[in-house]
Parts: sequence; C-alpha cells; structure tokens
Amino acid sequence: MNSTRRAVVYVRLKDGVLDPQGLTIHKALTQMGYGDFLSVRSGRFFELEIKGDASDIDRKIDEICSKLLANPVIEKYSVERVE
Amino acid sequence: MKFGVVTFPGSNCDYDAYAAVRHVLKEEVEFLWHKSEDLLGSDVVILPGGFSYGDYLRAGAIARFSPIIRQVIRFAQSGGTVVGICNGFQVLTECGLLPGALMRNSHLRFSCKYVYLRVEDNGTRFTRACDRGEILKIPIAHGEGNYYNFDDGVRELEDNGQVLFRYVDRQGNVTPEANPNGSLGNIAGIMNEKGNVLGMMPHPERAVEKVLGSADGLKVFASVRTSLALPTLVGEN
Repeated sequence: MNSTRRAVVYVRLKDGVLDPQGLTIHKALTQMGYGDFLSVRSGRFFELEIKGDASDIDRKIDEICSKLLANPVIEKYSVERVE
Repeated sequence: MKFGVVTFPGSNCDYDAYAAVRHVLKEEVEFLWHKSEDLLGSDVVILPGGFSYGDYLRAGAIARFSPIIRQVIRFAQSGGTVVGICNGFQVLTECGLLPGALMRNSHLRFSCKYVYLRVEDNGTRFTRACDRGEILKIPIAHGEGNYYNFDDGVRELEDNGQVLFRYVDRQGNVTPEANPNGSLGNIAGIMNEKGNVLGMMPHPERAVEKVLGSADGLKVFASVRTSLALPTLVGEN
C-alpha cells in the first residue's frame, strides 16, 4: 500500500518587491528592543498531502504553484518534499 | 445595449453597479452568476467590487477560475468590453487580461475615501465622455490597490497610453500625497493594449449622482455607451 506523501510550498515576494508587512514587523521588532534583526520579509506556506501513487507529482506541484498558489508577477515559490 | 454584472460569492458592489446602469444610465442590465457560463448576450461585462471568495489566497485569485470568468476571457479576447472595478480589477490582473498585480496598500490600511483622478487619455472606449486631463472625484475603498508591475511593464503601459487614470491632487498634480496606496506612477486605472478591457481601483458606480457626493463616475459608464454606439466598434462584440 502506498503511503501518503507530503510537500510544503513556500511563497515569497520576489526580491526587490516592496513588502510593507515585513517592514512593519521589522519596525515593531526594533521598537521592542530587538535591534539585532536587520530586516524581515514575510511570506506564506502551504502543506500539501499527496496520494501515495500519484505520478509526475513534481510537475503537478510546479503547475499549481504557478497557476494558483503564487502570482508570478510578484511572487516566487520553493518546494520542500517531505518523504 | 445590455450590461452584465458578475456576482461572485463575496461581491458587494454588484448591486451598486446594477443600479448605476439601470437607474442612472438607464440601460438594460442583468446579473451574471459566477457558476454560469452564459453572458446572456451582454455587450459590456462589469466585474464589480467586493471580496470574491473572501479574498482567500490573494484578492481575485480564486474568482479567476470560476466558470463565468472562462467566458469573460473568451469575450474579452474577441474584443468584448470588460470593466473591472476594484476587486474586478484584481480579478482581471490575476487572470492575465490586464498586466501587473495589485498588492497590499503600502501603509497596510484599508483606505475608504474620495480621491481625485486625472483622465490621461479621453480617446478611449472608457473615457470618451471626459475631457483630456479632466479631474474626476471618485471614491476608493480597498486594502489591496497598490499597482505593481516590472519596470519594463510600467514603461510599456506608459508608452502605449494604457494608463487611463492617475491619482492626483485637487489641482491635477501627481504627488506622493495624492497616492492613496503606493501605486507605481500613481496608477489608478489601466486598459489592455487592445483597449477593450478596463481595470480601475476607484468606484465609478458609487459616484453616479450628485446626492452621492459626485456624479463623475457616470462618465465612465457613459463613455462605454457612447463608444459602443460608434460605427467603428459595431461587430467587434
């Protein structure tokens, strides 16, 4: 029997795209006295559960990332496979 | 002339758009349900403001895959007139009918107020009823209206004259203070290269009668009506 596989997709703003949320968090950290943190970039992640017998799954993950999970105009993504 | 107003789960300006067309512009209008694949013979499709699908993932990201949008894309590709307002603009960028993306407002707050827009080109399907450089007073109401595009993308928009509306001060000057969300180049509204798809963050449907505070928004709807009645556009839809 095939067991379920997992993957985590991380979506981040591309370098150079302004991240007001990250900037605001960084400002808060600085105000809290944590001056050691030079910058903060925010993002989000998605945990995917995948059928054990699914084929061609890397391509499919790539496809859903570029079609739905990330907006390629402003975001980039990376995939971490959890076997 | 028939207008169709798309209703997604979470749309909340669909009735405003409907009322603006029906009661003020006095043209025929019908709602188009998001699960339908039928534009009901609309000559103009309006994607209204709101929070389609709860703005989950990104504003407009899920609405883009609804059955009605498949038809709207086909309609637009064959030259049909499409107007996306606020969330409708976000849907149009997500589905690729308009270039760029709408990001969180740079100050991170939801912004709901009257702004001034400068009409950059009055020779288009959406601005024909305006004067060139005319200042329109129209409200905004959004948290994600910060227009972004690559440098080349913005240059292309500017060079092609696709920027139709810009946030300005009362005198018509483009200033950082007049920019309510951090949009590149104070961009408030753009059209596609073919000139048949408009996306704008401000809400013209909320400014169609003096009693609402301004009737300037009516000019967008009136422009569309006038344009579609022109002989050059007959048969395009």
